[in-house]
Amino acid sequence: MRSRTDKKPKKDRQKIKSNREISLITYVFLALFVALLIYLGYFTQVTSRTVINNTYNKRQALLESRIVRGDILSREGNVLATTRSDNDGGYYRLYPYRNTFAHVVGYSTHGVLGVEALENYTLLSCDGNIVKRVSNDLKGRKNHGDNVWTTLDTAMQEAAYDAMDDRRGAVVAMNVKTGEILCAISKPDFDPNDIMGHWDTFNEDTVNSPLLNRAFLGSYPPGSTFKIVTALEYLKEHNGNVSDYGFECTGSFEYKGSVISCYNEQVHGWLNFDDSFAKSCNSSFANISSQLDKEELENTLDSLLFNKPLPLPFKHSIGYSDISKDSSTDDLLQTGIGQGRTLISPIHMLMITSAIANDGILMKPYIVSRIENADKGVIRKIRPKQYTELIDSKYTDGLKKMMREVVVNGTAKRVLDTEGYSISGKTGSAEYSSDKSLSHAWFTGYAERDEPEIAVTVIVEGGGSGGAVAAPIAKRVFDAYYK
Amino acid sequence: MGRIIIEVSRHVIIICMCIYTFQCFAVFRYSNEYDRKGIYIRQNFFMIMVHFLGFISLYAQNQDIKYFKAYLIQQIGVLAILIAYRLIYPRANALIVNNMCMLITIGLIMLTRISYSRAMRQFSIVAASAALTLVVPFLISKVRFFEKFKWAYVAAGILSLAAVLAFSSVINGSRLNITISNHTFQPSEFVKIVFVFATASILARKHDIKTVMISAVVAAVHVLILVASKDLGSAVIFFVVYFAMLYVATANLLYYLSGFLFCFAGCFAGYKLFSHVRVRVTAFLDPFSNITDAGYQIAQSLFAIGTGGWLGMGIGQGAPGNIPVVAADFIFAAICEELGVIFGMCLILLCFSCFVMFMNIAMKFEDPFFKLVALGLAVSYIFQVFLTVGGVVKFIPLTGVTLPFVSYGGTSVAVTCLVFAIIQGLYIEKGQDNRKTKVPKAVDFKTEKLDIVNID
Repeated sequence: MRSRTDKKPKKDRQKIKSNREISLITYVFLALFVALLIYLGYFTQVTSRTVINNTYNKRQALLESRIVRGDILSREGNVLATTRSDNDGGYYRLYPYRNTFAHVVGYSTHGVLGVEALENYTLLSCDGNIVKRVSNDLKGRKNHGDNVWTTLDTAMQEAAYDAMDDRRGAVVAMNVKTGEILCAISKPDFDPNDIMGHWDTFNEDTVNSPLLNRAFLGSYPPGSTFKIVTALEYLKEHNGNVSDYGFECTGSFEYKGSVISCYNEQVHGWLNFDDSFAKSCNSSFANISSQLDKEELENTLDSLLFNKPLPLPFKHSIGYSDISKDSSTDDLLQTGIGQGRTLISPIHMLMITSAIANDGILMKPYIVSRIENADKGVIRKIRPKQYTELIDSKYTDGLKKMMREVVVNGTAKRVLDTEGYSISGKTGSAEYSSDKSLSHAWFTGYAERDEPEIAVTVIVEGGGSGGAVAAPIAKRVFDAYYK
Repeated sequence: MGRIIIEVSRHVIIICMCIYTFQCFAVFRYSNEYDRKGIYIRQNFFMIMVHFLGFISLYAQNQDIKYFKAYLIQQIGVLAILIAYRLIYPRANALIVNNMCMLITIGLIMLTRISYSRAMRQFSIVAASAALTLVVPFLISKVRFFEKFKWAYVAAGILSLAAVLAFSSVINGSRLNITISNHTFQPSEFVKIVFVFATASILARKHDIKTVMISAVVAAVHVLILVASKDLGSAVIFFVVYFAMLYVATANLLYYLSGFLFCFAGCFAGYKLFSHVRVRVTAFLDPFSNITDAGYQIAQSLFAIGTGGWLGMGIGQGAPGNIPVVAADFIFAAICEELGVIFGMCLILLCFSCFVMFMNIAMKFEDPFFKLVALGLAVSYIFQVFLTVGGVVKFIPLTGVTLPFVSYGGTSVAVTCLVFAIIQGLYIEKGQDNRKTKVPKAVDFKTEKLDIVNID
């Protein structure tokens, strides 16, 4: 063998040599194509499941002709949406809880909304046993789509729904340790079973907008609940040490020509920092705001996710604030007490509250916990994910203490009496028109037994006082959780 | 009955494709064409099965006799290509012929499903190109002076590209086509071949620095004209082909690495200089945030592939009409949607087996000119496949090139026919060389993975 190699002409050796280059090029392309195939496989198996749920994917009707749309279930396994067959062999979508889960579960019969939209194609995907699938295909029988398990708690949802009664507004709750959305109510509501019949009336009703999910898409002036942000900013600028703050409230505060009055023209007297927060004293907070650094406040608002999309898997409105270094003193004072031009959605307020309750850590809110095929095999499981440290943990203890004080000794005294757990929070009564007697009632807070577990945000449109109207609604939701 | 036919064929067509693809690689186990004969015949069977199953489900759904007619014409056409090669060139490489026919078959099935009239037009171009290029292997193996036209290739290439830049109409932001009396051509496709011949003839005998510089200038002029025409896909293909050929000709790893360096620099410069490049990159990075404009195409493509899943929706059961330019640049997305990602992956592997065979043929050559030609054409083919498939599945940014033989487009099909015919000619030519000189038997597959073609 060796002797033959030695005799190889020079030309031949050269040929072998340049074939090494050709081999190398072949291997480079082999590597590229292996990567491409792995990517395509990963896309098909994993990524595509979320990608295809986009509303721009126009294949719903096509799939519905072949697959029975899957069920949507609550965290306990109650059926929130299912597909039934009628007498003529057709199918229809049934929402057993009718109006209670209207916005959050949504509908799929006339466009898509809610979880029905979020997992539109998951519900129309069939990941069942392949033999069964093929045999169903051959028999011309429809396959059953995957089922979607949500994080929604039926008892809390019902409690919030009943507590809101026929008031307009929203209630939304989440687990501060996991980010699971436990309930989400928006009023006025509708019956998703009958969306077809009322479509035009609902759409034309721009006054009540019953199809709008206020919990995620509502945009409201935050009112006194914004004092959480103002207080945080003041704490930051004083490195957490506010014990030497004091203010004599005479019912109003005047600074450089701007006048801020307390709610219902109350006179609060001598207040320290925590008292100012607990009593929600506008005069004191205007005084606090007047001392804030506008640029720092702008940074804090930015870190609290104002003026940008929230880390949410579903549609939501973006929090608005226009504070910058060029803002006028009046704007700064108005913003500091939660009036001004600031706007926030209930879910955004809930996220800030739950970050405070969870020592500054914001968990990424989610509403779908797992996907199962029709044979109960788990296809996809969503695990709690930390989004970011929203608030520096050295300020959260101070904020928690102040929010507890609101309930013990402040504007939310009505919800002090609780069984086996305690509430902390902040009320708000946000004026929204030139008529000062009209205001949205806010309550945002959390409940703890040993440590903070769940947060709830309530807004009642035109409800008046947050402490009197919104806080008791929140308490009923907490009660449903701890019962 | 119709339902059962559709569902059975939906699954069986995937199985047939898998077996066919497996056989594409199984042939490399045997070292000579004689032992491979059995596999080739079985491949022909599965090829016919795929064609038949595709059309029977189209017919079962539409109950239109025109599909039956189209099937007969297409099947006869494809078989005619197979038989013509077997009769005229008994020494031709049957894997390349089979794969060519299989790719044409898949393309025709998908095109018939998307648009009947386009499919018929495509078929007539396929038939004409295949018939005309039948003479090419003979020319390649007999005519000895291809290497001498060095400057003619260079002039022809640069002039055609410059003509496109000067006289063409702008379509989708790029200047690609020249229309002569209602017939539209895409000259850059043809120039790909001419460019390979030009570079091969320059670099075949001399590798001194002066020759390398000359070849680099020639390549740069081609690429820059293409960049000016905003034909990014072709520009990148020319670029990669040039560096592959330069590297093999000079065996200098430095050139290979500098190719990568130039590539990054070129991409960066392109990104900075051209807004249409930035649009493509934005669409690639996040198609869903820009879904209404830049990301629309790629998002629709991903919806199609994702909704189809591994097994596909079945031919005629999906909605490939939602994807823009589905018949040409996005045909792979339509195939994945209706025939499934498994089928799509088999298609990719099938293309890759063509490439491996091309590279084997390049290895067998001692003549540096033909070696470089085979290599250049192989790289240009496989890189084009990579660009189109990678773009459609969002592995890389979209460049807007066609999937050879499968996509709709006359120029693309004609040029690919020509490329395959040239390679076939080189293969036959190599066979003749071997018979004269009796080179010792090639190394066994197990010891030298890629050195596997033996013509005895």
